[in-house]
Amino acid sequence: MALPQLKQDTTEARLAGLTRPEGAGWLTSARAAAEARVRAMGLPGRRDEYWKYTRPDTLTAPVAPKAATFESGETPLFDAIDRLRVVFVDGVFSAEESDNIALEGIEIERLSDAAGRDIHWAKDLYGALETAGQDPVERPLAALNTGFATDGVVIRVTGRPIRPVNIVYLHRDDSSDAMLHHVIRVEEGASLTLLENGPAAARLNVVTEVDVADTGAFHHVRTMGRDHERRAATHIFGRLGREATFKSFTATMNGQLTRNECVLELIGDDAIAHVAGVCVGDGDFHHDDTVFITHDAVNCESRQVFKKVLRNGATGVFQGKILVKDGAQKTDGYQISQSLLLDEDSQFLAKPELEIYADDVACSHGSTSGAIDETALFYLRSRGVAQAEATDLLTLAFLAEAVEEIEDEALRDEIVNRLEHWLLRRRG
Amino acid sequence: MLEIKNLHVKLEEEDKVILKGVDLTVEAGKVHAIMGPNGSGKSTLSYVLSGKDGYEVTDGAATLEGEDVLEMEPEERAAAGIFLAFQYPVEIPGVGNMTFLRTAVNAQRKARGEEEISAADFLKLVREKAKSLKIDAEMLKRPVNVGFSGGEKKRNEILQMAVLEPKMCILDETDSGLDVDAMKLVAEGVNALRDEGRAFLVITHYQRLLDHIKPDVVHIMADGRIVKTGGPELALEVEQNGYAGILGEVA
Repeated sequence: MALPQLKQDTTEARLAGLTRPEGAGWLTSARAAAEARVRAMGLPGRRDEYWKYTRPDTLTAPVAPKAATFESGETPLFDAIDRLRVVFVDGVFSAEESDNIALEGIEIERLSDAAGRDIHWAKDLYGALETAGQDPVERPLAALNTGFATDGVVIRVTGRPIRPVNIVYLHRDDSSDAMLHHVIRVEEGASLTLLENGPAAARLNVVTEVDVADTGAFHHVRTMGRDHERRAATHIFGRLGREATFKSFTATMNGQLTRNECVLELIGDDAIAHVAGVCVGDGDFHHDDTVFITHDAVNCESRQVFKKVLRNGATGVFQGKILVKDGAQKTDGYQISQSLLLDEDSQFLAKPELEIYADDVACSHGSTSGAIDETALFYLRSRGVAQAEATDLLTLAFLAEAVEEIEDEALRDEIVNRLEHWLLRRRG
Repeated sequence: MLEIKNLHVKLEEEDKVILKGVDLTVEAGKVHAIMGPNGSGKSTLSYVLSGKDGYEVTDGAATLEGEDVLEMEPEERAAAGIFLAFQYPVEIPGVGNMTFLRTAVNAQRKARGEEEISAADFLKLVREKAKSLKIDAEMLKRPVNVGFSGGEKKRNEILQMAVLEPKMCILDETDSGLDVDAMKLVAEGVNALRDEGRAFLVITHYQRLLDHIKPDVVHIMADGRIVKTGGPELALEVEQNGYAGILGEVA
């Protein structure tokens, strides 16, 4: 079926500005196939079912809108944690700022290095989870990424590395347009903690494909922050085997536009998937969490916990779905999305969805938006806590359920600390 | 300590007058009780004194050690020494009881220009006070009042009072929802705080709490006014004759 003219024009205009990176045959064919898929589905438009609440035009435009860079002067996030840093500056790998990319228990390399080899384990994964994640809901920006991402990190985990891998994105060019694609395979019984932080570029499109084999574990903590003007569209595609664990947490502070999609498929029995996020937005801030979790095995658990604090006209969006396929009995699915609106100008738009084809499951979902609890505020003030401090305390308390999804205490403390500072800066 | 003169209060939202000229003086070192039927304005008085929104003072004054209380924000009143033990203590999910207590103690110290309490001193202080109120470590760790029983909530109020050491303690129906044992425990907590420099205003429906917290003065409140004041024997009279008897006599 032919695309609507506007969609076709948008898509062709964007594709015209991109060049397919060079690489070995396996990668070139995956990229060519992705480009063909983008042409067939077209880039997102406002009329698309899953783009009603978020304007895609700045994400699909041929040229990235400029975004002023921002130097906070703060200690880098996760600095207190012993980790392996892989640094990208405006989407370009920086050897000087990265650690020596080697870690016991994992094979790690840049996508552009892997691309030079004719035989590579990532051949069966690159673009594969992304392609699978296009059904039943199309995610054209992810297909675009598979076709044109210039670099990324490719990780195969065979053991239990002591140190987490930290992908650091730095933004130093106000018109940078970055496209990165990471591929991660966690082998049976292995585990990896992946940390990501930084605003990346004026515009970022990143896809992360994570294949967690039976009994493997993947932990992910990500922050996207402090730049006010940057835009980002991110996709995580995950596949979980038997007794596999997948836990991902994202904190977003600032950013004019963020669209974070997470698409997970639980194909092995007894797998556990948790996706959580907090965002705090002030003014020109639009944050969209779009999550799709498919249960296709028995006795699996999934949790989606998203909390948003919005003020001065900031907008939050949540589109979350749990799909329980026929035969996925004993599924335990939980989804909660809540926003705290600190004034009447801010808004939260939520679309929770459940689609269940098995008869022995427990699924619940809830979505709320509200203001600070005046009774609790008075209780705190009556004990001597000043209004601003009491409001911040209640705001952090509101976020707590999502933040507690981070298992590691040191990582959790880092995130809480950043949230506290964000609130503190707004006390005026 | 606390001086209330001709206090008139109406609800902000609707044109309903609740307090119609309350006069009351509570001296340092004394325990005053206010008794009265439902709707007489007892709880409103406690809220107005602690600074809750939704009330408009149309006339009169309230001072704490000579300072105008009604002009202060709730947190300023707390720092000045007013403490309200809530009739319905508020649950705050996500805020640990210890964090809450420490934040409150330090906020008050800061407001008074004092140094923050050290973590070790604070822990020692809370443990000591908690022990006598039979509040265990588990309860201190949990979020404020979340999942607490009625008795636990009230004991938690008294713990806050013990840790914050206010000058003017207002207890709003602290006995409601308590069994006899819990009431004794709460009363012991209050009695332990009785001190020359501290005053209490105990609001209650029933005389039984006053068996355990012996008041120096008892006031009867009805229709927004103090209608009768006497010694502890007044509470017994309420117990025997009910409010109807006393109010009939006043009228």
